[in-house]
Amino acid sequence: MQLATLLIGLISATALWSGVQALNQQARTSYDRAAATFGGARTAMLVARTGVSFPQELFVELRRAGWPVSPMLEGRIQIEGRSFRLLGIEPVTLPAEVGSAPTIGKAGLQSFMTPPGEMLVAPETLSDLKLAEGARPQGDGGAPLPPLRVQTNLVPGVLVVDIGIAQNLLKMPDQLSRLLIGKATGRHPPLESVAGDKLRLVEADAETDLERLTDSFHLNLTAFGLLSFFVGLFIVNSAIGLAFEQRLPTLRTLRACGVSARMLNAVLVLELVSLALAAGLIGLVCGYFIAGALLPDVAASLRGLYGAQIPGHLTLKPQWWVAGLAISILGALAAAAVSLTKALRLPLLATAQPFAWQQAQRRWLTYQSAVALVAFAAAAGFLWFGDSLISGFAVLAALMLGAALILPMFLEIVLSLGQRYARAPLGIWFWADSRQQLSGLSLALMALLLALAVNVGVSTMVESFSRTFLVWLDGRLSAEVYVSAANDAQAHEIKAWLRERPEVEAILPGGRADTQLAGAPLEVLGLPDHATYRDNWPLLQSTENAWVKLRPGDAALVSEQLARRLHLSLGDRIEVPASGGNWTLNVVGIYADYGNPKSQIAVNFAALTRRFPEIPLTRMGLRVAPPKIPALISALQEKFGLDDRNVADQARMKAESTRIFNRTFSVTAALNAFTLGVAGVALLTSLLTLANSRLPHLAPLWAIGVTRRRLAAIELLKTTSVAFITTIFALPLGLLVAWCLLAIVNVKAFGWRLPFHVFPLQLLWLTGVAMAAAVAASALPVIRLARMQPTSLMRIFANER
Amino acid sequence: MTKGIPSATGPVLHVTGLTKSYRTAGEEVAVLRGVNLTVAAGESVALTGESGSGKSTLLHLIAGLDAADGGEIRLADASVAELSDAERAELRRDRLGLVFQQFNLVPSLTVEDNLAFQSRIAGRHDAAWHHELVERLGLGRFLKRYPEQLSGGQQQRVAIGRALAVKPLLLLADEPTGNLDEDTADEVLALARDLVKRSGCGFLMVTHSARLAATLDRQVNLHAGVIA
Repeated sequence: MQLATLLIGLISATALWSGVQALNQQARTSYDRAAATFGGARTAMLVARTGVSFPQELFVELRRAGWPVSPMLEGRIQIEGRSFRLLGIEPVTLPAEVGSAPTIGKAGLQSFMTPPGEMLVAPETLSDLKLAEGARPQGDGGAPLPPLRVQTNLVPGVLVVDIGIAQNLLKMPDQLSRLLIGKATGRHPPLESVAGDKLRLVEADAETDLERLTDSFHLNLTAFGLLSFFVGLFIVNSAIGLAFEQRLPTLRTLRACGVSARMLNAVLVLELVSLALAAGLIGLVCGYFIAGALLPDVAASLRGLYGAQIPGHLTLKPQWWVAGLAISILGALAAAAVSLTKALRLPLLATAQPFAWQQAQRRWLTYQSAVALVAFAAAAGFLWFGDSLISGFAVLAALMLGAALILPMFLEIVLSLGQRYARAPLGIWFWADSRQQLSGLSLALMALLLALAVNVGVSTMVESFSRTFLVWLDGRLSAEVYVSAANDAQAHEIKAWLRERPEVEAILPGGRADTQLAGAPLEVLGLPDHATYRDNWPLLQSTENAWVKLRPGDAALVSEQLARRLHLSLGDRIEVPASGGNWTLNVVGIYADYGNPKSQIAVNFAALTRRFPEIPLTRMGLRVAPPKIPALISALQEKFGLDDRNVADQARMKAESTRIFNRTFSVTAALNAFTLGVAGVALLTSLLTLANSRLPHLAPLWAIGVTRRRLAAIELLKTTSVAFITTIFALPLGLLVAWCLLAIVNVKAFGWRLPFHVFPLQLLWLTGVAMAAAVAASALPVIRLARMQPTSLMRIFANER
Repeated sequence: MTKGIPSATGPVLHVTGLTKSYRTAGEEVAVLRGVNLTVAAGESVALTGESGSGKSTLLHLIAGLDAADGGEIRLADASVAELSDAERAELRRDRLGLVFQQFNLVPSLTVEDNLAFQSRIAGRHDAAWHHELVERLGLGRFLKRYPEQLSGGQQQRVAIGRALAVKPLLLLADEPTGNLDEDTADEVLALARDLVKRSGCGFLMVTHSARLAATLDRQVNLHAGVIA
């Protein structure tokens, strides 16, 4: 039994930990791939001090002055109504150290640079476009783009062309977005002496935007993995503890026969390491399958939340296997540390020492509670002084550690009160024995507490998010139909046709430009001056007549995440780099923009097209009476050859957004269930290991007339009672965890704060789940007790046992 | 009281032709081969015999902890073999006192709660008798302590007190002084004898010690599965 529980514990611990690490590793490899796309954050570069682009002649001057720079132009183009990131490069000067640059080679140079050129894409992009290599998709203006060529090291969603072709496609002749800096071969004059104040240097950054954005997601996964790992170690600890107690007489005999303590310990460690190695290998295989099962949802979450592209299959590095085995062995040794220390110090002639459990337990509980108070103080300190995502997680970790450590004291107080007010003898015994059992069960109950609190916290957060998100979505998707034309020309034709349709009450053109603000990507959203937005667009804060103030084009609404990141409030001014120079905007409102990884501002649509004349104007929303929506959509599809990706009604958009939202949190739900499951196993193994040592406590009661069935019922009631008290303690703790997630972690991770709601039915459900887990965990030992043969119980009274 | 539970009058124990065998390593070993034994109310009987002679088995069968293969055990006017598992539990609770070598107190209860435990679950708690037991056993100073905070002799006094608190018909003791030194054993046994006389119950004690056996009213020796 001990061997089985030991292996179960080690396998659970290693499987969940390594599964989560596999997911993290997979995602980080993808981020690295994205970052290394020549010109990502891993390369030092020069960018315009104002505006989004600068004249090409600066490149020529810098090259002449000896600067090892290579030009690049970046923008977005639409293919089949879908937006892609277009990168224009100059392959001759492209520095070799910029990462996964396309392998063009001398032979391919001519076909890449001379018309019609080539458009390099990742295999995933080619399959997304449903085109074959060599095909020429149509661009915004209907003109054919260069033929597609696959480059396996490219990031999905990126199109790479020669810089001259990019300047034509983006309508930015002789303009550059940035200059990548290669390794300098000699000295070159200072930047200012060549480019004046037109350019500024951006140093290479070890952490990419994507890594920064997704930190919270991976921290969240790691936290779950770590929690499961510790819960697994709780199981290992209880199994090893019991195995050691049972082996004590043998160990003592071996010592008496001359085996040294060091030799004894070495053998015990060797045995443990062998078991950990075997369990670790099985755990890693399980971890691989867990990661494989969760990967599609993780990829969907990362795509939905951050726009990160993660391949749908696992590729694991050898380090993952080594790290997994190491963590299994180290975990087993850590869990066995107390028992191994006991073995090392084992007194040779010690007989059964009387153990005043009551006093020993009280002393231990006092120490443990003191450490818990220190943990609570640390949580308060992190809350008060911390201002980062890590400090947010530190608050959670310290809070949960403190709660876990103080749980036995809390249970001891509740059980003591029960004992004090109990009158019937079996009632007194019930409470007193529960107290005595506490030391053996406390680790499992701590595991249950942590798993439950995380479940309550995360579920409350997700439900709060869900409720807020759905209301918010209603406001944001207020047009009845959304159209995305293949290019500007088609968009003009569609608008002209729509104006003739009587059922179309309003055409709401939309536009979007990408730029940078304070070193981070910024989306500039153009909203037409229309009652649809004034009446529905959800604003968290606004000045009086905010929508009217947008009209002249010198004011903006800013997203909550941008407001928090730059500490903006109403009345502040921001300088947004635009095509023709910096655009000064007054902040007249702050709006929620859930789920958007980028900062965003909303401006008047007409002003946006003036400031960013090159942006495609292919998107529009339509106000239509609901009964006439299907007919209009059919007519649009038929007339302009649009498919479901180009025309969608509000209901479908909402359904799709809700589906993405739900999928985003399905990983969390799965990890929640895993953690609760492992906590249930921890409780089961503790009860099973306790069951044998409890016989001497139960047999006297049976001898003096309490039936086995009644004893079994009392044992069941005892376990469910302590599990219930733990659950009652876990509920407020879980709500506190939810508050921390909503008010600290989410704000730091995503930049938005959600309102906190309590969902009583959900709490009731989780209480039921916890009680079911407790009953399931107690079932086996209780049934064994109820069916136990009298001979097993009588063995307790045998004098020659 | 349910059917078959004996009353407090008449001979308390009457064992006739009792047999019991165990299967060990695939072999049937007959432990009791037709034991006959009687204990009268107020009588104290020492049951002696070498190790493995079946003394404890006989005691367990009388207490209804195990079932005999044949023969009859009558406690007062009831046959133990005819009782169901629940009725045997009731019999032990209401009419028997059990004392073991390992004391077998409830470790999570204080001395006070241990003393009153059986009498209270049997609904036969008598405060005056309880008080007298505490006084006579010298446990007044230890009432709030837990069993593991007591010496072996003190623990055995608590066990005797618990067994007698229910005012049993029969007190069964299995090597009650086996874990005690000679002086403490004498002292504890003297107390037990004294209290048994005072309560008027029967007393059957398993012991290896001929010296202690000699202090009881009668001695019976179990040899080769029968009372010699």
